[in-house]
Amino acid sequence: MKTFPMGGVHPSENKLSGAKPIEVLPLPDVVTIPLAQHIGAPAVAKVAKGDKVLTGQLLAEAASFMSANIHAPISGTVTAVDLQPNGQGLRQMMITIKREGDEWAESIDRSETLVRECALSAQEIIARIKDAGIVGMGGATFPTHVKLSIPPGKKAECVIINGVECEPYLTSDHRTMLEHGEELVVGVTILMKAVGVSKAYIGIENNKPDAIAHLRGIVRNYPGIEVVPLQVKYPQGGEKQLIAAVTGRQVPPPPALPIDVGAVVCNASTTYAVYRAVQKRMPLIERVVTVTGKKLKNPRNLLTRMGTPITTLLEAAGGLPDGDCKVLNGGPMMGRAMVQLASPVTKGCSGITVLSGRDAVRRTAQQCIKCAKCVSACPMGLEPYFLSKMTQKKNWDEIESRMITSCIECGSCQATCPAYLPLLDWIRLGKQTVMGRIRARAAAAKK
Amino acid sequence: MANKLIVAPAPHVQTTQSTASIMRDVVIALIPALVVSTVVFGANVLRVVALSVAACVAFEYLIQRFLVRGPLTVNNGSAVVTGLLLAFNLPATIPWWIVLIGAFVAIAVAKMTFGGLGKNPFNPALVGRVFLLVAYPVQMTTFPMPVTGGAFDALSGATPLAAVKHGAAADVLGAQDLLLGNMPGSLGEVAAVALLCGFVYLLWRRVITWHIPVTVLATMALFAFVCALSSGEGGALLWQLPLFHVLAGGAILGAVFMATDYSTSPMTVRGGVIFAVGIGVITMLIRLWGAYPEGMSFAILIMNACVPLINKYVKPKRFGVK
Repeated sequence: MKTFPMGGVHPSENKLSGAKPIEVLPLPDVVTIPLAQHIGAPAVAKVAKGDKVLTGQLLAEAASFMSANIHAPISGTVTAVDLQPNGQGLRQMMITIKREGDEWAESIDRSETLVRECALSAQEIIARIKDAGIVGMGGATFPTHVKLSIPPGKKAECVIINGVECEPYLTSDHRTMLEHGEELVVGVTILMKAVGVSKAYIGIENNKPDAIAHLRGIVRNYPGIEVVPLQVKYPQGGEKQLIAAVTGRQVPPPPALPIDVGAVVCNASTTYAVYRAVQKRMPLIERVVTVTGKKLKNPRNLLTRMGTPITTLLEAAGGLPDGDCKVLNGGPMMGRAMVQLASPVTKGCSGITVLSGRDAVRRTAQQCIKCAKCVSACPMGLEPYFLSKMTQKKNWDEIESRMITSCIECGSCQATCPAYLPLLDWIRLGKQTVMGRIRARAAAAKK
Repeated sequence: MANKLIVAPAPHVQTTQSTASIMRDVVIALIPALVVSTVVFGANVLRVVALSVAACVAFEYLIQRFLVRGPLTVNNGSAVVTGLLLAFNLPATIPWWIVLIGAFVAIAVAKMTFGGLGKNPFNPALVGRVFLLVAYPVQMTTFPMPVTGGAFDALSGATPLAAVKHGAAADVLGAQDLLLGNMPGSLGEVAAVALLCGFVYLLWRRVITWHIPVTVLATMALFAFVCALSSGEGGALLWQLPLFHVLAGGAILGAVFMATDYSTSPMTVRGGVIFAVGIGVITMLIRLWGAYPEGMSFAILIMNACVPLINKYVKPKRFGVK
């Protein structure tokens, strides 16, 4: 069984909703749409208070190449374009729409008919993806059209579809692969055409044998696409880990990118969104969100319009359990704890995980016993105990030479620490400081 | 909203292991050897072990409570492990006051002066043992004969290693006696099979990895094999000498339970292998050409001193770097 070359941990999988089919959440009455829900510049609003909008109509335009369009997820009236708190309580520009009926923009094909053939050129495909505002839906929210625009001098050799879903609890990619398998595979052919390659791999963790079997059955009719079962090990779905597991090639340390080893990686749900964008002109206005937690009455997978309040999803899953709990945007390894549950579902929100009881609180940190479990767990071959300690001592040169910028912030070190040390808290701080110093040096060198 | 929301940065998952659970596992792994030792040497074993453990825990508590005045961490069980390992390095007939001195040196000198758990550079139990070996050489090397299968033999005996040192052939005791512990020696040295059971348990519980113990023992076996080869005698000695050195004395106890001590061993697997080769070589040098019949304790302590250097220069293999 293939896997990445070093480190990794195996947290309890807790895939409570893996057998639950995707259900459609009723249309929300009000949505709030942040202008920044992707990596890069926030989009620029093209509507103003009082405007009537149709579902799928452009709300905000990409501000630059590294940005993404945003579309109306419902039809109705724009009631505000102002600052609203996001999940972390930070105020961001958002567009609020009050729903009136369910009127769609005309260009969109809403039928379920499968469209296999795509006669568009690579440029046209990328343009449609850009128009539809597709970004990485696994959580990173990197604009997909940027990823597909291969820089001059580089050459793509294969497309890798990330169906790993190594985060505990989350099942949205799993259900999408099962229920929209053929559309997803057509999406793969589109991506292959966009970057000009004849080989694609779909990497799936071995805890989803149904998805592996289903997609294997489909790709038989699609030459050049191979389903690759992967060992169940976190962070198998990390971009660099996945490339190494599938191709055996390791992406060199930053600033190198996956394209430097010829790989273009795209998440499974994103690939389905690419199919819909290119073949159906469907912009990214809805996504599958796993709402899950051991104490939730009804963990499930909900097809949700962007901008729907998180509270609506929690209610659909039976409401928050009694007692204090931690509500995560994402899974328990990399998800962000929320303080503002009225905040909206965005393009990168693959799940809402509710941790309660003992799972919700960190245990008290103790003395480091030098067990070296963090070193063995690091999938990038770093020394987390040392990076954490040197960050506390502000020894920036030392942590830079020990490659802190390679850290992918997967949290394996902290999750494996028997002394419950907040290793990644410190390493994040150190990494950000070192990256700031590198940028400052580069700026000084330019002068 | 009635419920409070708890907020913290990712990850939101913590291991089910803890310092206390790891220490508990080490204690459990030592129990088979304790049982065999009690069978071999009689109830004296329990007296030494109980005294050593109680003394180590008491010293750690008293120092934390009245000298350091920091948080009390004595309940994590690390002092129990030190006490057990110290006792395993003593003969069953050792006077009680020597046990107390050993416990004091181990906890007060070797552990707490450096800041306690995780900060001590040298294995506390071994510092205690080596101090006693130098200070009380007679009591520390007077080993009772096994009582298994017969009346208690009041005579003291030479350990197999000491016998070999003084000219006996390496097959002075058969492999079967060495494996089952039917020989004179320290409490924890005598039961290779029981110690190996503990090793398997620690591997299964993911407390340690195989690298250090296997490398130490393999290095010793290889060293002995080369010596046997160069002696020109050949024949049965080629396998008898390596087997003898791996099974006799404290080799397995040291390799499995002492060399793998977290805070006194390197942080990387590669570093651990270098550390383990060093232990194996130094042990064999002392056994074959040194003044003492057994060199495991000295070898581990010498390599403990190299650990900071190993950690500085032996880095893990980085992802994406050729």
